[in-house]
Amino acid sequence: MNYNIDNIPAEKFQFATKNDIYHDSKFETKPVSYFQGAFKRFAKNKGAVVAGIIIAVLLLFAIIAPFFTPFQPAYYDMVYAYVTPKSNLFANSDINFWDGCKVKNTNLIGYLKDFALASETGREVIKNGEYTVSEDGANYTYRYDTYYGVGFGKYKIISPEEFNDIQRYQNETGKQVLYPVVKLKDRPTLEKNKYDANIYYKVENPKATILRPLLDENGEIINNYWKYEVGKANSLMADYNSLRIEGEQGVEEDGKYYHYVYGRKVDGGIEVRTEYYEYYIYQHNEVKKDGIKEPLFLFGTTETGKDIFACLAYGARFSFVFALIVVAVNFIVGVIWGSISGYFGGKIDLFMERFAEILGSVPSMIVITLLKYHMGATSQVLVLFIAFFATGWIGMAGRTRMQFYRFKNQEYVLAARTLGARDTRIMFKHIFPNGLGTIVTSMALSIPSMIYSETSLSYLGIINLEAGNTTSVGTLIAAGQKSIVANAGYVALFPCLFLVLLMLSFNLFGNGLRDAFNPSLRGTED
Amino acid sequence: MYMFKYVSKRLGLMLFTFFIIFTMCFVLIKLLPIPTNALPGQDPEIVMKTLEGRGWITNIKEGENGVWTYDRVPILIQFGTYIKRIVTQGDFGIVTTYGEYLNMNIWKVFVSHLPPTILINIYSTLIGVPIGLGLGILAALKKNKWQDQVINIFIILLISVPSIVLALMLQYVFCFKLGWFPLTMSTSDDYFTWEVFRSMIPAVFALCLGSIAGYARYTRAELSEVLTGEFMLLARTKGLTKSQAIYRHAMRNSMVVIFPSILSEFISVLSGSLIIEKIFAINGVGGLYLNSITFQDYDFFMLLSGFYTLVSLTAGIVIDISYGFIDPRIRMGAK
Repeated sequence: MNYNIDNIPAEKFQFATKNDIYHDSKFETKPVSYFQGAFKRFAKNKGAVVAGIIIAVLLLFAIIAPFFTPFQPAYYDMVYAYVTPKSNLFANSDINFWDGCKVKNTNLIGYLKDFALASETGREVIKNGEYTVSEDGANYTYRYDTYYGVGFGKYKIISPEEFNDIQRYQNETGKQVLYPVVKLKDRPTLEKNKYDANIYYKVENPKATILRPLLDENGEIINNYWKYEVGKANSLMADYNSLRIEGEQGVEEDGKYYHYVYGRKVDGGIEVRTEYYEYYIYQHNEVKKDGIKEPLFLFGTTETGKDIFACLAYGARFSFVFALIVVAVNFIVGVIWGSISGYFGGKIDLFMERFAEILGSVPSMIVITLLKYHMGATSQVLVLFIAFFATGWIGMAGRTRMQFYRFKNQEYVLAARTLGARDTRIMFKHIFPNGLGTIVTSMALSIPSMIYSETSLSYLGIINLEAGNTTSVGTLIAAGQKSIVANAGYVALFPCLFLVLLMLSFNLFGNGLRDAFNPSLRGTED
Repeated sequence: MYMFKYVSKRLGLMLFTFFIIFTMCFVLIKLLPIPTNALPGQDPEIVMKTLEGRGWITNIKEGENGVWTYDRVPILIQFGTYIKRIVTQGDFGIVTTYGEYLNMNIWKVFVSHLPPTILINIYSTLIGVPIGLGLGILAALKKNKWQDQVINIFIILLISVPSIVLALMLQYVFCFKLGWFPLTMSTSDDYFTWEVFRSMIPAVFALCLGSIAGYARYTRAELSEVLTGEFMLLARTKGLTKSQAIYRHAMRNSMVVIFPSILSEFISVLSGSLIIEKIFAINGVGGLYLNSITFQDYDFFMLLSGFYTLVSLTAGIVIDISYGFIDPRIRMGAK
């Protein structure tokens, strides 16, 4: 056999299969970038997604709630202190929950007082009028409405102008704010009982410390109002031409008609009995005009009568704004510091590391205290921000530095340098994006600890944000702790719930992010 | 020998850092206005003379209408006097504005408040370490079984629920609702009576729950990593039972990492938890610190910040140093 291999004519070549020419076929799948892959992995993690949704809801609450409540953190009303949570959804239903009531255990006299209040004002001080008596008759248990139960408080002295204005308001709205007063010499004798406006009834012994209402044969309260024959008012009685609980005609007695007296003239004004619930509505709608329609506290009030809902909303908003700003600033400073220190290494790295180490080993409490001493008078918010700027970036810088150490000697960086890329380009175009996943994760994980530090500083009273019409969840928790002894656990409940939900979901969310960005770290904690 | 060199180097560095922080604090404190106002019932002359005697001010004169004038001593000289007095006499100053302990020796007040803080932390470590390690070991041995999952949920809950809330819940449920313990810690000085111990229990639990979760998580991660090591296979191959292999080989190896962290945690909790101390009204160092801030008692503040800084720095280097002592294979600082 003799082949002339060098000169095989071209026509002797033919395709193995005649009708087809194979090319490299295109990938049928779409390319998945690093972040797309991370997002996919994140979406698979149910816990983290739920946590993300909870965070979004809390964030939404913090942003929107302050616009929907007429109350402010600075608002307080000592009369409505420790009022229980009330929502209009439940207030008028028979469900004994979120209705502004609380279970009250008392003796017969305590019950009679509430009963007297209810029968004069017609309000459900005792919910549905239902109560249970213990077998020996000493203990009365019923659901007591904390809003209506406030009653009249003390006798109030108001100016004649206000007296007339309330009458005008009563005529316009048909609501009874003023109630008949009791003649001074008919009142109980002890000082504390004399000016107690809740005692409008006859009592068994006016000299006793604890007064027992006198009942008629039907078991009804007997009123003790100051009255005068129609048309025969004397000069001590204030002029009154408005709604009368006895009716326009007056009460009939022995063929004569009597009117009750609604105001007693004293030095400096007119002494009146106002039902606080209606008076509050009148005050806020007619006098202050601050948008508060009625006393209705969704989450109840604290011992100083602050609205918990508003305080929590404003506190949450501050916490979020605070954490986001601090994290953003720390991110920028930390990344710049860490990348310079990690990329250049050597003496620069040693010096920068020592500096960060010394700064980082000052306990944060001391930093805050020193700052507070020096500039606490100007703004506590500023103190908080500066203290967290001062040391917060160190962790971020350390993490960035580690990432730079990890990548800076890899071949692709060498290739970039060989091709003439400048330092800044290598740092921020080649190395930084590779470390971004880890850095972002640590950023997300540092948010809850920021919020927690801020909360505990306010709880400890080192930082007090109350001055600038805002407040902190920590301040609320401190108020909640005091209220434990007053058996008003709900004061602590809502801020604690907020804090727990926030921390839990941020932790789950952060862990999810970490697993998504670094699949190799999945399952290892921290 | 190299170990000695390494330890002394670390200690030297630590003292240097401490000195810098302490000096910084001193300078920043001395830049503030000196509180010269006499408290009610105090003679202003005595106040001024005391400050002069401490070496903070000089050249005091009483002007007209009882206004005192004085010159400030340069801060560096003040610092020299301060350090000298500490070194030679152990004198940290006297209380000037903190009403309750007025005119008492700061060091003595500080020492008298140490026992509650330290006791609570010792109790909490005594309870927390065995439980935490036990849970962690159980979780690692039963990895991915239901025991592990239950423990994991427990750990995540305990780590995520902030200690403020945890302590409040304990106080509400056990002290208020059930009435098993007093609401706050007893102020008695007999720390080893049953009454005082009982009043400490809620605080101890509040403190150790968090660290239980920490220990458990750490032990679980460490031990489950060691358990997959090849020497464990060898141990089983050469005839050890499972429990022998785990006890003699896996546990020892994982302890190398766990033990230093326990040690460091123990030291760092000596400074106490301000929050727990406030919630349970513990008469410890934390309360002292908070009050010294409110009363602006600067000498007091200096001593306490020195204490806190020292504790946190020590806790930091203890980890590094103890590695070398526990496991001879690890040569810290060796090139």
